[in-house]
Amino acid sequence: MKKILAVDDSASMRQMVVFTLKKAGYDVIDAKDGVEALELAKKSSFDAVISDVNMPNMDGITLIRHLRTLPAYKFTPLLMLTTESGTDKKHEGKAAGATGWIVKPFNPDQLLAVIQKVIR
Amino acid sequence: MSIDLSQFYEVFFEESFEGLDIMEHELLALKPGSKDSETLNTIFRAAHSIKGGSGTFGFNVVADFTHDLETLLDQIREGTRTIESEHIDLFLKTVDCLRDMLTALKNSEEPDTTVANDISRQILAILNDEGTPSSNNTAQSGPVEPPSQSQDHSNGGSKRWHISFKPQSHLFKTGNEPIFMFQELADLGQMSIEADFSHLPPFHDLQPDDSYLYWQIELIADCEKEKIEEIFEWVLDDCELEIRCDDADLPDSQADDITDEQPVEVEAAPEPLIPEPIIEVAPPVAERLADTNAVSESGAAQSKKAESTSIRVSIEKVDSLINMVGELVITQAMLSQYSEGEFTENRRMLMLEGLSQLAHNTRELQESVMQIRMLPISHVFNRFPRLVRDISQKLGKKVELKLLGETTELDKTVMEKISDPMVHLIRNSLDHGLEKPDERLAAGKEETGTVTLNAYHQGGNIVIKIIDDGKGINPEVVKQKALDKGLIQSSDELTEQEIIDLIFLPGFSTATEVSDLSGRGVGMDVVRRNIQELNGTVEVSSERDVGSTFTIRLPLTLAILDGQLVTVGKNTYIIPLVNIIESIQMTPDQLNNVGGDMELFRQRDEYIPILRLYQIFNHDGAVENLTQGILVIVDSEYGHVGLLVDDLLAQQQVVIKSLEANYQRVEGISGATILGDGTISLIIDIGGVISLAGLKKHQRKQTRHMAVS
Amino acid sequence: MVTEQLDQLQKQLDKQQQEHSVSQDQYLTFFMAGEEYGIDILSIQEIRGFDATTSIPNAPDFIQGVMNLRGTIVPIVDLRLRFGLEQIPYGDITVVIVVKVKLDEGEKIIGMVVDSVSDVYSVNQSASTKAPDVGEADNREFVKGLVSVGDKMVVLLDLKKILTFN
Repeated sequence: MKKILAVDDSASMRQMVVFTLKKAGYDVIDAKDGVEALELAKKSSFDAVISDVNMPNMDGITLIRHLRTLPAYKFTPLLMLTTESGTDKKHEGKAAGATGWIVKPFNPDQLLAVIQKVIR
Repeated sequence: MSIDLSQFYEVFFEESFEGLDIMEHELLALKPGSKDSETLNTIFRAAHSIKGGSGTFGFNVVADFTHDLETLLDQIREGTRTIESEHIDLFLKTVDCLRDMLTALKNSEEPDTTVANDISRQILAILNDEGTPSSNNTAQSGPVEPPSQSQDHSNGGSKRWHISFKPQSHLFKTGNEPIFMFQELADLGQMSIEADFSHLPPFHDLQPDDSYLYWQIELIADCEKEKIEEIFEWVLDDCELEIRCDDADLPDSQADDITDEQPVEVEAAPEPLIPEPIIEVAPPVAERLADTNAVSESGAAQSKKAESTSIRVSIEKVDSLINMVGELVITQAMLSQYSEGEFTENRRMLMLEGLSQLAHNTRELQESVMQIRMLPISHVFNRFPRLVRDISQKLGKKVELKLLGETTELDKTVMEKISDPMVHLIRNSLDHGLEKPDERLAAGKEETGTVTLNAYHQGGNIVIKIIDDGKGINPEVVKQKALDKGLIQSSDELTEQEIIDLIFLPGFSTATEVSDLSGRGVGMDVVRRNIQELNGTVEVSSERDVGSTFTIRLPLTLAILDGQLVTVGKNTYIIPLVNIIESIQMTPDQLNNVGGDMELFRQRDEYIPILRLYQIFNHDGAVENLTQGILVIVDSEYGHVGLLVDDLLAQQQVVIKSLEANYQRVEGISGATILGDGTISLIIDIGGVISLAGLKKHQRKQTRHMAVS
Repeated sequence: MVTEQLDQLQKQLDKQQQEHSVSQDQYLTFFMAGEEYGIDILSIQEIRGFDATTSIPNAPDFIQGVMNLRGTIVPIVDLRLRFGLEQIPYGDITVVIVVKVKLDEGEKIIGMVVDSVSDVYSVNQSASTKAPDVGEADNREFVKGLVSVGDKMVVLLDLKKILTFN
């Protein structure tokens, strides 16, 4: 079973993402900011990470940048959740090593479609 | 798969309301011109979360409203715009508006968008003040439509696509996997794919991390170009991508031959703005304040309705409780086992041990569970910065609010119920206590008045003080008013403190005198009654031109009490252990009389009034001889007082049961409990007993005076 | 013996309460100082013997005290004293009728000490007439009406008035 790490400072978003992914058969762990996520990522290996960008303590892009320095996450799909439809954040994310993005708001089906682009 | 998103609504609402509280708190702390990125980011994130969540869960009205708000906040946190006081005021209005909207949505009602629309116009006006906004900060709501890029293949039906995909060597390090992309392509129709090995280096030069292969893909599919581009959306920067349709020889192929980025969406040029009618961004002060006040009132009222009936508990706490319950179960099983079979002395010993263990388990569990209901008083204090700001603005007074002891904990229910009385007292301070800036200066004070809230634990109680440095309560005015209302006679002799206490009498303040604050009458008697219902007390002390202090005392918890059982005649009463200083047997030389009507016990350098409980409670058959009974010395708001009882029995923890539920309030009694033998024992309310005894404060002063001399 | 009687009465009460028909009112009757009184059975929660009470300081004399009714604190009213009659000593056959009444401040559970209980009667609603004085003149307000049952007169009481003591 593939393991996904979901990161968002909003509890309701976390719940929705976790619920959706679990229902689709993934094993999901969640974290509320980049710091917590990085800790968890170091402790166990995830097949994919999906993270919000705007979070306290460590934002999503910084998290992605850090994850890419870890050998275990060199090739891991790292996805951003962003509300901006502008290209700035996306470029920033890609520069940090992000694999792709989903624009908020999204519905559960969209989430699953995106996840399936990177892990199957 | 269809997922019911409504299961997440409650969490969304809860976190959104919390987010709004945080936004408000930070906004109130913000000074215009501030560049504090920590604070600005926090405010931004709160709005951002609400926007994201409301969009995700289908609350589009809120999502649309917060869009421009977020844009403006983003500008401010990025530093492209400096925050002004008009922004802060607007944002505070927005917080109130969002509170109302979310409350409506939570109650499954349609939110009223009038205020929201008005605020949106104001936000847009601010956003558009600044020349040409940068491309990211479009002042429009709604998604940006990408202009169609493809040619119009208006004929449906399958097309033959040629796709040339040449990823750069670092592709794998982006986390993208070509094979998934190809699978997605294959899902669109019929696909054939051929790998191009031409760029593969010699074996010993191969970097295992890198990508060297290129692919040529033939796809027969009934789809538009966008669909194919979508699949490669994320890697457009990291590859050379050619998508060619066979049906026509189109400039498409050249246009698509790209080496740099090809964004799928293009920023639409900012729409030319329709000249807005002149919007008053800074309407006349009074009106705006009235607005703010009204909105904040409704905001407060609404948020009160939305008060949650749930508590957040940490997982560790829950685990700890589970452990304790586990231990309880073990002890119970053990006792159950001991009770079987022959009852020997040994068995009896084991059972006693078991029971002691049971007592320990139970106590631990009980303390732990009760602790869950304890929350820091900051929860209720947090309401006040906003309140003080709004009211002081409205009244034209300068006020600084100081909060002390915010971490002091109290029971959640008590806290919820003390909130309103506190609001009334603070309002009162602001309205009647604090003077206008010019008055203050004339009195030699600083222009800005101070209201201090201080909370701390004392004994088994929480004490909350509301202190202002205003003009104090004028006893002459109070006396006259009380006379006018027939609450006292002109022949009554009252000390200054007694006069000041008259404000607590029912009927003292009537609707006509209520301040211009909100037209709502708040009598001090209502405040006192509400506090008394929580088994608490409220007092006031005041000094002309110096200020006033209201002191609220509340028990930490409503349900359980550690008590000292005492007998008075044939009756057993309970005195709250927390109030007891000590219990002693008196000797004749320690007794004293003052003016014949008050009996005192002299202890060291203090004179303690003796209250004969049997007299106060009108019981026969009690011990009347002072040296034969026991004097229980207790602490109270009147100072030290001694209660005469027959004897002391055990100390035990009791569950407080209401006497009022089926009977009524009894002066001197705060509640009842059921003892181990099934009988009812009444719990003494020390303040009430003191009142019954007719012990006035001036008498207390007298005793103090005696002690000093 | 008393407990048997009470059990029987309780059973009867439960049965009657279940079978309550609309056009008739049902009353439990009891004795006090030689008179027979009736109260609406729908307000009766239970009937029990007298148990120890804890007295309430400075309460009116007709408030006997409070009793522990399976964990609930219930005030006990001596109905004789309430009616200004002389109190008689309590004994084994003293009965407490526990009622649930809706007072102004809310619903309360209160117990009343009576001499002894009698029976349960169904009475046509039209049958009751205005009542004469009972005991002291002030007690008129406690009385809802008068009804004849068989060959005797039963005084119907207004519980709300009796049990409101402010």
